[in-house]
Amino acid sequence: MSDTIIFNAAETSRLLDKFFHELAARVRGGDAARHAGGEGPWGIVGIHRRGDLLAERLQHRIRDEGGPALPSGVLDITLYRDDFTPARPQPTVRPSQIEFDIDGANVLLVDDVFFTGRTIRAALTQLADFGRPRRVVLGVFIDRKMRELPIHPDHVGVVVERPRNERVQLRLAELDGRDEVVAIREDGGR
Amino acid sequence: MTPPSREPHPDSRPNPRPEVVAGAATGASAGAGAPGDERRPWRRRHLLDVASLSREEIEFLFETARSFREVSTRSVKKVPALRGRVVVNLFYEPSTRTRISFTLAAQRLSADVVDFNGETSSVKKGETLLDTARNIIAMGVDTVVLRHPAPGAPQFLSERVQACVINAGDGAHAHPTQGLLDLFTVIDKLGSVENKRIAIVGDIRHSRVARSDMWAFLRFGAKVVLVGPPTLVPSSLRDIGVDVSYSLDEVLPEVDVLCLLRIQSERQEQGLFPSLEEYSRLFGLNSERMRRARPDVLVLHPGPINRGIEITPEVADGPRSAILEQVTNGLAVRMAALYLTAGGDA
Repeated sequence: MSDTIIFNAAETSRLLDKFFHELAARVRGGDAARHAGGEGPWGIVGIHRRGDLLAERLQHRIRDEGGPALPSGVLDITLYRDDFTPARPQPTVRPSQIEFDIDGANVLLVDDVFFTGRTIRAALTQLADFGRPRRVVLGVFIDRKMRELPIHPDHVGVVVERPRNERVQLRLAELDGRDEVVAIREDGGR
Repeated sequence: MTPPSREPHPDSRPNPRPEVVAGAATGASAGAGAPGDERRPWRRRHLLDVASLSREEIEFLFETARSFREVSTRSVKKVPALRGRVVVNLFYEPSTRTRISFTLAAQRLSADVVDFNGETSSVKKGETLLDTARNIIAMGVDTVVLRHPAPGAPQFLSERVQACVINAGDGAHAHPTQGLLDLFTVIDKLGSVENKRIAIVGDIRHSRVARSDMWAFLRFGAKVVLVGPPTLVPSSLRDIGVDVSYSLDEVLPEVDVLCLLRIQSERQEQGLFPSLEEYSRLFGLNSERMRRARPDVLVLHPGPINRGIEITPEVADGPRSAILEQVTNGLAVRMAALYLTAGGDA
Protein backbone atom coordinates (compact mmCIF):
# COMPACT_ATOMS: atom_id res chain seq x y z
CA MET A 1 0.00 0.00 0.00
CA SER A 2 1.51 3.31 -1.07
CA ASP A 3 0.16 6.84 -1.19
CA THR A 4 0.82 9.14 -4.13
CA ILE A 5 0.13 12.80 -3.63
CA ILE A 6 -1.86 14.09 -6.58
CA PHE A 7 -2.42 17.62 -5.31
CA ASN A 8 -0.50 19.08 -2.40
CA ALA A 9 -1.98 21.44 0.17
CA ALA A 10 -1.53 24.61 -1.93
CA GLU A 11 -2.98 23.05 -5.07
CA THR A 12 -5.87 21.48 -3.17
CA SER A 13 -6.66 24.77 -1.52
CA ARG A 14 -6.72 26.59 -4.88
CA LEU A 15 -8.97 23.92 -6.42
CA LEU A 16 -11.30 23.95 -3.42
CA ASP A 17 -11.49 27.71 -3.65
CA LYS A 18 -12.56 27.55 -7.29
CA PHE A 19 -15.04 24.75 -6.52
CA PHE A 20 -16.66 26.69 -3.68
CA HIS A 21 -16.78 29.82 -5.82
CA GLU A 22 -18.75 27.96 -8.46
CA LEU A 23 -21.12 26.36 -5.94
CA ALA A 24 -21.67 29.65 -4.11
CA ALA A 25 -22.57 31.31 -7.39
CA ARG A 26 -25.02 28.50 -8.08
CA VAL A 27 -26.93 28.79 -4.84
CA ARG A 28 -26.67 32.59 -4.58
CA GLY A 29 -27.83 32.93 -8.15
CA GLY A 30 -30.92 31.58 -6.50
CA ASP A 31 -31.52 35.00 -4.92
CA ALA A 32 -31.80 36.77 -8.26
CA ALA A 33 -33.85 33.98 -9.71
CA ARG A 34 -36.20 34.12 -6.72
CA HIS A 35 -36.83 37.81 -7.35
CA ALA A 36 -37.68 36.89 -10.88
CA GLY A 37 -40.31 34.55 -9.42
CA GLY A 38 -38.11 31.51 -9.98
CA GLU A 39 -36.64 29.03 -7.57
CA GLY A 40 -37.39 28.51 -3.90
CA PRO A 41 -34.94 28.32 -1.00
CA TRP A 42 -31.65 26.41 -1.09
CA GLY A 43 -30.19 24.04 1.44
CA ILE A 44 -26.82 22.29 1.43
CA VAL A 45 -26.58 18.60 2.23
CA GLY A 46 -23.23 16.88 2.63
CA ILE A 47 -22.59 13.16 2.54
CA HIS A 48 -20.75 11.75 5.53
CA ARG A 49 -17.75 11.57 5.94
CA ARG A 50 -16.07 14.34 3.98
CA GLY A 51 -18.93 15.70 1.91
CA ASP A 52 -20.41 17.10 5.13
CA LEU A 53 -17.15 18.91 5.89
CA LEU A 54 -17.15 20.43 2.40
CA ALA A 55 -20.76 21.49 2.91
CA GLU A 56 -19.80 23.14 6.18
CA ARG A 57 -16.92 25.06 4.57
CA LEU A 58 -19.17 26.19 1.74
CA GLN A 59 -21.77 27.38 4.21
CA HIS A 60 -19.18 29.49 6.07
CA ARG A 61 -17.81 30.89 2.88
CA ILE A 62 -21.20 32.05 1.65
CA ARG A 63 -21.86 33.70 4.99
CA ASP A 64 -18.39 35.32 5.06
CA GLU A 65 -19.10 36.82 1.67
CA GLY A 66 -22.25 38.41 3.07
CA GLY A 67 -24.57 35.81 1.64
CA PRO A 68 -27.49 34.14 3.37
CA ALA A 69 -27.01 31.55 6.12
CA LEU A 70 -28.18 28.51 4.22
CA PRO A 71 -29.60 25.60 6.17
CA SER A 72 -27.69 22.35 6.00
CA GLY A 73 -27.87 18.64 6.55
CA VAL A 74 -25.79 15.50 6.74
CA LEU A 75 -26.59 12.15 5.18
CA ASP A 76 -25.07 8.89 6.33
CA ILE A 77 -25.86 6.46 3.53
CA THR A 78 -24.75 3.28 5.34
CA LEU A 79 -28.29 1.93 5.61
CA TYR A 80 -29.00 2.65 1.95
CA ARG A 81 -26.02 0.89 0.44
CA ASP A 82 -26.72 -1.78 -2.14
CA ASP A 83 -24.03 -4.14 -0.92
CA PHE A 84 -25.11 -5.23 2.56
CA THR A 85 -24.43 -8.92 2.91
CA PRO A 86 -24.01 -11.06 5.99
CA ALA A 87 -20.39 -11.59 4.98
CA ARG A 88 -19.59 -7.89 4.94
CA PRO A 89 -18.55 -5.96 7.99
CA GLN A 90 -21.09 -3.38 9.03
CA PRO A 91 -19.73 0.12 9.12
CA THR A 92 -20.72 2.30 12.02
CA VAL A 93 -24.15 3.77 11.41
CA ARG A 94 -24.40 7.47 12.14
CA PRO A 95 -27.52 9.56 12.33
CA SER A 96 -28.56 11.56 9.30
CA GLN A 97 -29.78 15.03 10.10
CA ILE A 98 -31.42 17.53 7.84
CA GLU A 99 -32.26 20.72 9.66
CA PHE A 100 -34.64 22.11 7.05
CA ASP A 101 -37.84 20.99 5.42
CA ILE A 102 -36.72 19.55 2.13
CA ASP A 103 -40.22 19.47 0.63
CA GLY A 104 -40.07 21.97 -2.20
CA ALA A 105 -36.52 23.05 -1.37
CA ASN A 106 -33.57 23.21 -3.75
CA VAL A 107 -30.91 20.87 -2.44
CA LEU A 108 -27.25 21.19 -3.24
CA LEU A 109 -25.86 17.73 -2.56
CA VAL A 110 -22.11 17.75 -1.89
CA ASP A 111 -19.62 14.89 -1.80
CA ASP A 112 -15.85 14.60 -1.96
CA VAL A 113 -15.22 11.90 -4.56
CA PHE A 114 -17.53 10.74 -7.34
CA PHE A 115 -16.59 7.26 -8.48
CA THR A 116 -19.27 4.81 -9.61
CA GLY A 117 -22.33 6.85 -8.63
CA ARG A 118 -23.58 4.32 -6.10
CA THR A 119 -23.11 6.59 -3.12
CA ILE A 120 -25.17 9.26 -4.85
CA ARG A 121 -27.82 6.71 -5.80
CA ALA A 122 -28.09 5.78 -2.12
CA ALA A 123 -28.14 9.45 -1.06
CA LEU A 124 -30.95 10.26 -3.50
CA THR A 125 -33.01 7.36 -2.17
CA GLN A 126 -32.44 8.56 1.36
CA LEU A 127 -33.33 12.16 0.48
CA ALA A 128 -36.63 10.90 -0.91
CA ASP A 129 -37.37 9.41 2.52
CA PHE A 130 -37.01 12.85 4.08
CA GLY A 131 -39.32 14.54 1.59
CA ARG A 132 -39.65 15.74 -1.97
CA PRO A 133 -37.11 18.36 -2.92
CA ARG A 134 -37.97 20.66 -5.80
CA ARG A 135 -34.62 19.90 -7.37
CA VAL A 136 -31.33 18.30 -6.40
CA VAL A 137 -28.05 19.61 -7.78
CA LEU A 138 -24.92 17.54 -7.31
CA GLY A 139 -21.50 19.05 -6.62
CA VAL A 140 -18.50 16.75 -6.25
CA PHE A 141 -14.96 17.90 -5.69
CA ILE A 142 -13.26 15.02 -7.50
CA ASP A 143 -14.80 13.24 -10.49
CA ARG A 144 -13.04 9.96 -11.29
CA LYS A 145 -15.00 9.52 -14.51
CA MET A 146 -15.89 5.91 -13.81
CA ARG A 147 -19.60 5.63 -13.57
CA GLU A 148 -21.67 2.50 -13.23
CA LEU A 149 -25.02 4.28 -13.12
CA PRO A 150 -26.62 7.03 -15.19
CA ILE A 151 -25.84 9.66 -12.54
CA HIS A 152 -23.71 12.70 -13.37
CA PRO A 153 -22.46 15.56 -11.23
CA ASP A 154 -23.59 19.08 -12.10
CA HIS A 155 -20.51 20.74 -10.66
CA VAL A 156 -17.05 19.23 -10.52
CA GLY A 157 -13.99 20.66 -8.76
CA VAL A 158 -11.41 18.61 -10.63
CA VAL A 159 -11.24 15.48 -12.76
CA VAL A 160 -8.80 12.82 -11.57
CA GLU A 161 -8.37 9.76 -13.75
CA ARG A 162 -6.55 6.96 -12.00
CA PRO A 163 -6.63 3.17 -12.39
CA ARG A 164 -9.52 1.35 -10.84
CA ASN A 165 -7.45 -0.41 -8.21
CA GLU A 166 -6.42 2.90 -6.70
CA ARG A 167 -8.48 4.75 -4.15
CA VAL A 168 -8.55 8.51 -4.63
CA GLN A 169 -9.01 10.35 -1.39
CA LEU A 170 -9.57 13.97 -0.52
CA ARG A 171 -7.99 14.67 2.85
CA LEU A 172 -9.28 17.60 4.82
CA ALA A 173 -7.59 19.49 7.62
CA GLU A 174 -10.53 19.02 10.01
CA LEU A 175 -10.18 15.26 9.86
CA ASP A 176 -6.77 14.46 8.48
CA GLY A 177 -4.57 17.37 9.59
CA ARG A 178 -4.16 18.96 6.18
CA ASP A 179 -5.84 19.40 2.82
CA GLU A 180 -4.52 17.22 0.01
CA VAL A 181 -5.57 14.74 -2.64
CA VAL A 182 -3.91 11.34 -2.68
CA ALA A 183 -4.14 8.09 -4.60
CA ILE A 184 -3.81 4.95 -2.54
CA ARG A 185 -2.89 1.74 -4.30
CA GLU A 186 -4.84 -1.09 -2.75
CA ASP A 187 -2.56 -4.09 -3.06
CA GLY A 188 -4.02 -7.53 -3.29
CA GLY A 189 -7.45 -6.04 -3.96
CA ARG A 190 -9.07 -6.82 -0.66
CA MET B 1 -31.26 -18.26 1.27
CA THR B 2 -27.72 -17.04 1.10
CA PRO B 3 -27.92 -13.71 -0.68
CA PRO B 4 -26.03 -13.58 -3.96
CA SER B 5 -22.49 -12.54 -3.29
CA ARG B 6 -21.83 -9.09 -4.58
CA GLU B 7 -18.72 -7.10 -5.31
CA PRO B 8 -17.52 -5.00 -2.43
CA HIS B 9 -18.95 -1.51 -2.69
CA PRO B 10 -16.71 0.42 -5.10
CA ASP B 11 -17.53 3.67 -3.39
CA SER B 12 -16.71 2.32 0.01
CA ARG B 13 -14.24 4.67 1.48
CA PRO B 14 -13.03 2.93 4.55
CA ASN B 15 -11.78 6.05 6.20
CA PRO B 16 -8.80 5.99 8.43
CA ARG B 17 -10.52 6.56 11.70
CA PRO B 18 -8.94 9.21 13.78
CA GLU B 19 -11.47 8.85 16.55
CA VAL B 20 -10.31 6.62 19.34
CA VAL B 21 -12.39 3.56 20.07
CA ALA B 22 -13.97 4.22 23.42
CA GLY B 23 -12.56 2.07 26.14
CA ALA B 24 -10.40 0.01 23.79
CA ALA B 25 -7.07 0.94 25.25
CA THR B 26 -5.78 -2.58 24.83
CA GLY B 27 -3.31 -1.37 22.23
CA ALA B 28 -3.40 -4.51 20.18
CA SER B 29 -6.75 -3.80 18.57
CA ALA B 30 -6.70 -0.01 18.59
CA GLY B 31 -4.78 1.34 15.65
CA ALA B 32 -3.64 -2.07 14.49
CA GLY B 33 -4.36 -3.29 10.99
CA ALA B 34 -4.28 -1.48 7.70
CA PRO B 35 -5.69 2.06 7.60
CA GLY B 36 -8.48 0.74 5.43
CA ASP B 37 -9.81 -1.54 8.17
CA GLU B 38 -13.20 -0.70 9.53
CA ARG B 39 -13.71 -0.78 13.21
CA ARG B 40 -15.77 -3.84 13.83
CA PRO B 41 -16.40 -4.74 17.43
CA TRP B 42 -19.56 -6.74 16.67
CA ARG B 43 -19.14 -10.15 15.03
CA ARG B 44 -21.97 -12.19 16.52
CA ARG B 45 -24.75 -13.75 14.48
CA HIS B 46 -26.83 -14.45 17.57
CA LEU B 47 -27.89 -12.43 20.57
CA LEU B 48 -28.51 -15.00 23.30
CA ASP B 49 -27.84 -13.21 26.58
CA VAL B 50 -26.18 -10.16 28.08
CA ALA B 51 -23.70 -11.98 30.30
CA SER B 52 -21.45 -13.00 27.40
CA LEU B 53 -21.32 -9.54 25.76
CA SER B 54 -18.25 -7.39 26.22
CA ARG B 55 -18.50 -3.74 27.12
CA GLU B 56 -17.16 -2.80 23.71
CA GLU B 57 -19.82 -4.87 21.95
CA ILE B 58 -22.56 -3.23 23.99
CA GLU B 59 -21.15 0.24 23.33
CA PHE B 60 -21.09 -0.43 19.60
CA LEU B 61 -24.67 -1.70 19.70
CA PHE B 62 -25.71 1.47 21.56
CA GLU B 63 -23.91 3.68 19.06
CA THR B 64 -25.86 1.95 16.30
CA ALA B 65 -29.10 2.24 18.29
CA ARG B 66 -28.63 6.00 18.69
CA SER B 67 -28.44 6.33 14.94
CA PHE B 68 -31.55 4.21 14.54
CA ARG B 69 -33.41 6.45 16.96
CA GLU B 70 -33.04 9.19 14.37
CA VAL B 71 -34.78 7.03 11.74
CA SER B 72 -37.89 6.90 13.94
CA THR B 73 -38.13 10.71 13.87
CA ARG B 74 -38.37 10.91 10.07
CA SER B 75 -41.55 11.24 8.11
CA VAL B 76 -40.67 7.99 6.35
CA LYS B 77 -39.69 5.83 9.32
CA LYS B 78 -37.92 3.22 7.29
CA VAL B 79 -34.50 2.49 5.84
CA PRO B 80 -33.68 -0.21 3.27
CA ALA B 81 -30.87 -1.82 5.29
CA LEU B 82 -32.41 -5.30 5.61
CA ARG B 83 -34.53 -5.28 2.49
CA GLY B 84 -35.16 -8.79 1.21
CA ARG B 85 -34.42 -10.44 4.55
CA VAL B 86 -37.08 -12.32 6.48
CA VAL B 87 -37.53 -12.22 10.24
CA VAL B 88 -39.80 -14.64 12.07
CA ASN B 89 -41.17 -13.98 15.54
CA LEU B 90 -41.31 -17.46 17.02
CA PHE B 91 -43.13 -16.98 20.29
CA TYR B 92 -43.98 -19.89 22.60
CA GLU B 93 -45.17 -17.58 25.37
CA PRO B 94 -47.69 -14.77 25.23
CA SER B 95 -46.22 -11.37 24.53
CA THR B 96 -47.63 -8.25 23.03
CA ARG B 97 -45.14 -5.46 23.44
CA THR B 98 -41.91 -7.36 22.84
CA ARG B 99 -43.38 -8.91 19.71
CA ILE B 100 -44.70 -5.59 18.43
CA SER B 101 -41.40 -3.92 19.21
CA PHE B 102 -39.46 -6.56 17.24
CA THR B 103 -41.98 -6.38 14.41
CA LEU B 104 -41.69 -2.61 14.12
CA ALA B 105 -37.91 -2.78 14.43
CA ALA B 106 -37.69 -5.27 11.57
CA GLN B 107 -40.15 -3.30 9.46
CA ARG B 108 -38.20 -0.06 9.93
CA LEU B 109 -35.21 -1.89 8.48
CA SER B 110 -37.41 -3.01 5.53
CA ALA B 111 -37.26 -6.71 6.47
CA ASP B 112 -40.32 -8.88 5.97
CA VAL B 113 -41.83 -10.18 9.20
CA VAL B 114 -43.77 -13.34 9.91
CA ASP B 115 -45.42 -14.08 13.24
CA PHE B 116 -45.51 -17.62 14.48
CA ASN B 117 -47.52 -18.17 17.59
CA GLY B 118 -46.37 -21.36 19.27
CA GLU B 119 -49.41 -21.44 21.51
CA THR B 120 -51.96 -21.88 18.76
CA SER B 121 -50.13 -23.81 16.08
CA SER B 122 -48.65 -27.13 15.12
CA VAL B 123 -46.87 -27.15 18.48
CA LYS B 124 -50.21 -28.21 19.87
CA LYS B 125 -49.94 -31.18 17.57
CA GLY B 126 -46.67 -32.19 19.19
CA GLU B 127 -44.04 -30.72 16.89
CA THR B 128 -40.68 -30.08 18.56
CA LEU B 129 -39.01 -26.68 18.64
CA LEU B 130 -36.27 -27.87 16.33
CA ASP B 131 -38.70 -29.31 13.79
CA THR B 132 -40.79 -26.16 13.85
CA ALA B 133 -37.74 -23.97 13.40
CA ARG B 134 -36.33 -26.12 10.59
CA ASN B 135 -39.63 -25.95 8.78
CA ILE B 136 -39.79 -22.21 9.10
CA ILE B 137 -36.20 -21.76 8.02
CA ALA B 138 -36.80 -23.98 5.00
CA MET B 139 -39.12 -21.21 3.87
CA GLY B 140 -36.16 -18.85 3.64
CA VAL B 141 -36.08 -17.11 7.00
CA ASP B 142 -32.88 -15.23 7.87
CA THR B 143 -33.49 -14.31 11.51
CA VAL B 144 -35.46 -16.06 14.24
CA VAL B 145 -36.64 -14.02 17.21
CA LEU B 146 -37.41 -16.68 19.81
CA ARG B 147 -39.34 -16.54 23.04
CA HIS B 148 -39.55 -19.86 24.84
CA PRO B 149 -40.28 -21.04 28.39
CA ALA B 150 -37.18 -23.27 28.46
CA PRO B 151 -33.92 -21.57 29.50
CA GLY B 152 -31.31 -22.18 26.81
CA ALA B 153 -33.80 -22.77 23.97
CA PRO B 154 -32.32 -19.94 21.84
CA GLN B 155 -28.80 -21.29 22.29
CA PHE B 156 -29.99 -24.79 21.39
CA LEU B 157 -31.54 -23.44 18.23
CA SER B 158 -28.56 -21.27 17.30
CA GLU B 159 -26.32 -24.32 17.27
CA ARG B 160 -28.60 -26.21 14.90
CA VAL B 161 -29.98 -23.82 12.32
CA GLN B 162 -28.45 -21.49 9.75
CA ALA B 163 -30.46 -18.42 10.72
CA CYS B 164 -29.48 -15.66 13.14
CA VAL B 165 -31.16 -16.20 16.51
CA ILE B 166 -32.24 -13.41 18.85
CA ASN B 167 -33.43 -14.37 22.31
CA ALA B 168 -36.64 -12.55 23.18
CA GLY B 169 -36.86 -14.24 26.58
CA ASP B 170 -36.09 -17.82 27.63
CA GLY B 171 -37.56 -18.96 30.92
CA ALA B 172 -35.89 -17.23 33.86
CA HIS B 173 -32.56 -17.13 32.03
CA ALA B 174 -32.25 -14.00 29.90
CA HIS B 175 -34.08 -11.29 28.01
CA PRO B 176 -31.10 -9.54 26.46
CA THR B 177 -32.85 -6.82 24.48
CA GLN B 178 -34.71 -5.76 27.64
CA GLY B 179 -31.52 -5.66 29.71
CA LEU B 180 -29.78 -3.68 26.98
CA LEU B 181 -32.60 -1.19 26.53
CA ASP B 182 -32.75 -0.62 30.29
CA LEU B 183 -29.01 0.10 30.41
CA PHE B 184 -29.33 2.27 27.29
CA THR B 185 -32.15 4.27 28.93
CA VAL B 186 -30.24 4.81 32.17
CA ILE B 187 -27.06 5.89 30.34
CA ASP B 188 -29.17 8.18 28.19
CA LYS B 189 -30.71 9.84 31.28
CA LEU B 190 -27.73 9.83 33.67
CA GLY B 191 -24.80 9.99 31.26
CA SER B 192 -23.17 6.94 32.83
CA VAL B 193 -23.90 4.16 35.31
CA GLU B 194 -20.37 3.97 36.69
CA ASN B 195 -20.65 3.65 40.49
CA LYS B 196 -24.35 4.41 40.39
CA ARG B 197 -26.50 2.40 42.78
CA ILE B 198 -29.22 0.52 40.97
CA ALA B 199 -31.95 -1.45 42.75
CA ILE B 200 -33.83 -4.18 40.93
CA VAL B 201 -37.03 -4.74 42.87
CA GLY B 202 -39.50 -7.60 42.80
CA ASP B 203 -39.61 -11.24 41.85
CA ILE B 204 -35.93 -11.74 41.09
CA ARG B 205 -36.16 -15.52 41.24
CA HIS B 206 -38.43 -15.92 38.24
CA SER B 207 -37.25 -12.87 36.30
CA ARG B 208 -35.14 -13.07 33.18
CA VAL B 209 -35.35 -9.28 33.02
CA ALA B 210 -33.66 -9.04 36.42
CA ARG B 211 -30.82 -11.28 35.24
CA SER B 212 -30.21 -9.43 32.00
CA ASP B 213 -30.46 -6.06 33.77
CA MET B 214 -28.03 -7.19 36.43
CA TRP B 215 -25.39 -8.29 33.92
CA ALA B 216 -25.81 -5.15 31.83
CA PHE B 217 -25.45 -2.78 34.78
CA LEU B 218 -22.54 -4.72 36.30
CA ARG B 219 -20.66 -4.68 32.99
CA PHE B 220 -20.76 -0.88 33.04
CA GLY B 221 -19.58 -0.50 36.61
CA ALA B 222 -22.84 0.03 38.48
CA LYS B 223 -23.49 -1.20 42.00
CA VAL B 224 -26.52 -3.46 41.84
CA VAL B 225 -28.78 -4.38 44.75
CA LEU B 226 -31.54 -6.95 44.35
CA VAL B 227 -34.60 -6.23 46.49
CA GLY B 228 -37.65 -8.37 47.28
CA PRO B 229 -39.14 -10.86 49.72
CA PRO B 230 -36.65 -13.60 50.75
CA THR B 231 -38.74 -16.20 48.91
CA LEU B 232 -38.23 -14.32 45.63
CA VAL B 233 -34.60 -13.21 45.93
CA PRO B 234 -32.03 -16.03 45.72
CA SER B 235 -29.21 -15.00 48.03
CA SER B 236 -26.80 -17.10 45.94
CA LEU B 237 -26.75 -14.23 43.44
CA ARG B 238 -24.41 -12.46 45.87
CA ASP B 239 -21.69 -14.66 44.40
CA ILE B 240 -21.67 -12.71 41.17
CA GLY B 241 -21.09 -9.39 42.87
CA VAL B 242 -24.49 -7.94 43.67
CA ASP B 243 -26.00 -6.95 47.00
CA VAL B 244 -29.22 -8.46 48.27
CA SER B 245 -31.75 -6.70 50.46
CA TYR B 246 -35.16 -7.73 51.75
CA SER B 247 -36.26 -4.20 52.53
CA LEU B 248 -37.01 -1.57 49.91
CA ASP B 249 -37.25 1.11 52.60
CA GLU B 250 -33.70 0.38 53.68
CA VAL B 251 -32.11 0.85 50.25
CA LEU B 252 -34.52 3.53 49.04
CA PRO B 253 -32.67 6.67 50.18
CA GLU B 254 -29.40 5.76 48.52
CA VAL B 255 -30.30 4.42 45.07
CA ASP B 256 -30.00 6.35 41.80
CA VAL B 257 -32.20 4.00 39.79
CA LEU B 258 -35.16 1.80 40.71
CA CYS B 259 -35.90 -0.99 38.24
CA LEU B 260 -39.24 -2.46 39.17
CA LEU B 261 -40.30 -5.87 37.96
CA ARG B 262 -43.75 -7.08 37.14
CA ILE B 263 -45.33 -9.23 39.82
CA GLN B 264 -47.15 -12.24 38.49
CA SER B 265 -50.16 -13.11 40.57
CA GLU B 266 -49.71 -16.85 40.06
CA ARG B 267 -46.66 -16.61 42.35
CA GLN B 268 -49.03 -15.79 45.14
CA GLU B 269 -50.92 -18.99 44.51
CA GLN B 270 -47.61 -20.84 44.81
CA GLY B 271 -47.27 -19.40 48.31
CA LEU B 272 -44.15 -17.38 47.60
CA PHE B 273 -45.65 -14.32 49.23
CA PRO B 274 -48.78 -13.93 51.35
CA SER B 275 -50.83 -11.50 49.26
CA LEU B 276 -50.58 -8.83 46.58
CA GLU B 277 -51.65 -6.31 49.24
CA GLU B 278 -48.76 -7.22 51.47
CA TYR B 279 -46.32 -7.18 48.55
CA SER B 280 -47.58 -3.78 47.58
CA ARG B 281 -47.24 -2.48 51.15
CA LEU B 282 -43.63 -3.65 51.45
CA PHE B 283 -42.28 -3.29 47.90
CA GLY B 284 -44.74 -1.14 45.97
CA LEU B 285 -43.45 2.24 44.79
CA ASN B 286 -45.82 5.04 45.81
CA SER B 287 -45.65 8.80 46.32
CA GLU B 288 -44.81 8.43 49.98
CA ARG B 289 -41.76 6.27 49.15
CA MET B 290 -40.77 8.64 46.35
CA ARG B 291 -40.49 11.40 48.96
CA ARG B 292 -37.90 9.35 50.79
CA ALA B 293 -35.98 8.51 47.62
CA ARG B 294 -33.36 10.76 46.07
CA PRO B 295 -35.09 13.63 44.29
CA ASP B 296 -33.41 12.68 41.00
CA VAL B 297 -34.10 8.93 41.24
CA LEU B 298 -34.97 7.29 37.93
CA VAL B 299 -37.83 4.75 37.81
CA LEU B 300 -37.90 1.94 35.24
CA HIS B 301 -40.41 -0.81 34.62
CA PRO B 302 -40.36 -3.29 31.72
CA GLY B 303 -44.17 -3.31 31.45
CA PRO B 304 -46.91 -4.19 31.43
CA ILE B 305 -47.48 -2.37 34.72
CA ASN B 306 -49.75 -3.65 37.45
CA ARG B 307 -50.95 -0.24 38.55
CA GLY B 308 -51.37 -0.20 42.30
CA ILE B 309 -49.28 -3.31 42.95
CA GLU B 310 -45.60 -2.71 42.17
CA ILE B 311 -46.12 0.94 41.29
CA THR B 312 -48.89 3.50 41.84
CA PRO B 313 -50.26 5.50 38.90
CA GLU B 314 -48.85 8.82 40.24
CA VAL B 315 -45.33 7.39 40.18
CA ALA B 316 -45.71 5.52 36.88
CA ASP B 317 -46.92 8.67 35.17
CA GLY B 318 -44.75 11.01 37.25
CA PRO B 319 -41.71 13.05 36.30
CA ARG B 320 -39.13 10.48 37.49
CA SER B 321 -40.59 7.67 35.39
CA ALA B 322 -38.71 6.65 32.24
CA ILE B 323 -41.18 3.91 31.36
CA LEU B 324 -42.25 5.31 27.99
CA GLU B 325 -38.66 6.19 27.05
CA GLN B 326 -37.83 2.53 27.66
CA VAL B 327 -40.39 1.62 25.01
CA THR B 328 -39.00 4.09 22.48
CA ASN B 329 -35.41 3.07 23.18
CA GLY B 330 -36.41 -0.59 23.00
CA LEU B 331 -37.32 -0.15 19.37
CA ALA B 332 -33.93 1.40 18.55
CA VAL B 333 -32.03 -1.27 20.50
CA ARG B 334 -33.94 -4.05 18.70
CA MET B 335 -33.24 -2.44 15.33
CA ALA B 336 -29.55 -2.42 16.21
CA ALA B 337 -29.69 -6.07 17.33
CA LEU B 338 -31.40 -7.19 14.11
CA TYR B 339 -29.03 -5.13 11.96
CA LEU B 340 -25.78 -6.12 13.64
CA THR B 341 -26.51 -9.84 13.93
CA ALA B 342 -27.47 -9.88 10.22
CA GLY B 343 -23.93 -8.73 9.48
CA GLY B 344 -22.27 -11.14 11.92
CA ASP B 345 -19.71 -13.79 11.03
CA ALA B 346 -21.14 -16.91 9.49
